[in-house]
Amino acid sequence: MQIPYEIQARPDTGLYNAKLGIWLFLASEVMLFGGLFSGYVFLRMGADPGYWPHGLLDVRIGALNTAILIASSVTVVLAWASLKMRKFRDYKLWMGVSILCGAIFLFVKLTFEWPVKFEHFGAFIKKDALGHYEQYLGNAHLAEKKLDPRVEISGHLHEVEIQAEGVDHAKLETFLKAHDLEAKPDAHDPKVLTIEGRHLTPNVAAKLERVPGVKVEAFVLGLDPVNAAPTDPESDKPHFWYKGPTEHLGKIERKDIEFYSAFAPKHSPYFAIYFTITGLHGLHVLAGVIVMIYLWLPITGGANMFRKNPEHLANRVEVVGLFWHFVDLVWIFVFPIFYLL
Amino acid sequence: MDAAHEPAKEIAPASHEDHVPAAHDMHLGLYLGVGGFLIIATGVTVLLSYVDFGSRSRNIIIAMILATIKVGFVGAIFMHLKGEKKTIWRFLFFTAFFVAGLFLLTLLHFSDPIFNTGYNHH
Repeated sequence: MQIPYEIQARPDTGLYNAKLGIWLFLASEVMLFGGLFSGYVFLRMGADPGYWPHGLLDVRIGALNTAILIASSVTVVLAWASLKMRKFRDYKLWMGVSILCGAIFLFVKLTFEWPVKFEHFGAFIKKDALGHYEQYLGNAHLAEKKLDPRVEISGHLHEVEIQAEGVDHAKLETFLKAHDLEAKPDAHDPKVLTIEGRHLTPNVAAKLERVPGVKVEAFVLGLDPVNAAPTDPESDKPHFWYKGPTEHLGKIERKDIEFYSAFAPKHSPYFAIYFTITGLHGLHVLAGVIVMIYLWLPITGGANMFRKNPEHLANRVEVVGLFWHFVDLVWIFVFPIFYLL
Repeated sequence: MDAAHEPAKEIAPASHEDHVPAAHDMHLGLYLGVGGFLIIATGVTVLLSYVDFGSRSRNIIIAMILATIKVGFVGAIFMHLKGEKKTIWRFLFFTAFFVAGLFLLTLLHFSDPIFNTGYNHH
């Protein structure tokens, strides 16, 4: 049986089935992302002063990915227009470029954006200990300028200092070997062992703390620019161009730390909602790329459908295009709220 | 002739009777123009975020207005909402209504409209 209005529009609504379907689906997507964005507003408005971070994301990467998504929105619409004009080769070209743009977006996210966050160390300082770290936080300077205080010190983890006494050496050795780390006696304090190595991430440091007998004394970081020069006016605002951790080393006592971790979802409400929204958006990009590949590949790619009824293929491309523009539209809001504001 | 035996040629659709629009009917220049505008507007959003408008909330409002204008162009031009059928607009009206309600429900937390029901830490 032929399903009615698969290709031709229904006279009363003026719509074919798939178009009606995709718009209802997009309406439900608006509610899904709307819920998450209202969660963002809730977390941000509820954050204590200083607990909503700024300048932790790389604006260059965010802006590049925004431009890539916008470009792909243009090429998807050109692919659809090519089919309307019955130019199959142009369609293949523009659809191919759209797929490439989607793939580059995901590649940039999964290669340059996310992995570095899972290795970056950030520690929230206990309220009564904030004064000890004024040289890294610059809160007197911020108070003078009527800006929110800083409560976090971040950077690249260089060393972890642990108490030499009471350590179960066999278990510590096994742990260090498994994680490719080294332990050295401290040059100034014989009671302290210094753990260091290329693979010393915040996660490994947290595991080290769980080795029997290990008592962490302090963390040594290559500080982020904002903590290396906290009173520099440049640090008052998010960095225009993200600069990585400096060579400037800073030491934080374990007893002064409220909570530390990598820049993972558990680190703070900011990273929790950042990974939730950008992760869900990334899944949408992946879904869009898969459907576009299906409509593009020589085997599945619509050459037959184009011969039989080109309008049917044009409709399919229009529908995937509508989904793709919605994905672009969500990113247009994601970019400023996480990267810039 | 069967098009499959002539890969070098453009695949021809079976039905030649339907109306095929010309390039200028498809507004290709408009799509490219809007794409260019959106990319430039992204650059402007980045630049404006480094301008001090007096308070952070003002910066946020300005950035959100700019984002809404950008989204308006994506919807109107790329998604063809300009001149779209009434049914779709009806869907969108209800979606906008419910999503606004969703935001309002979240914001009610901060206004505590039912007296003294907010949990107090102290």
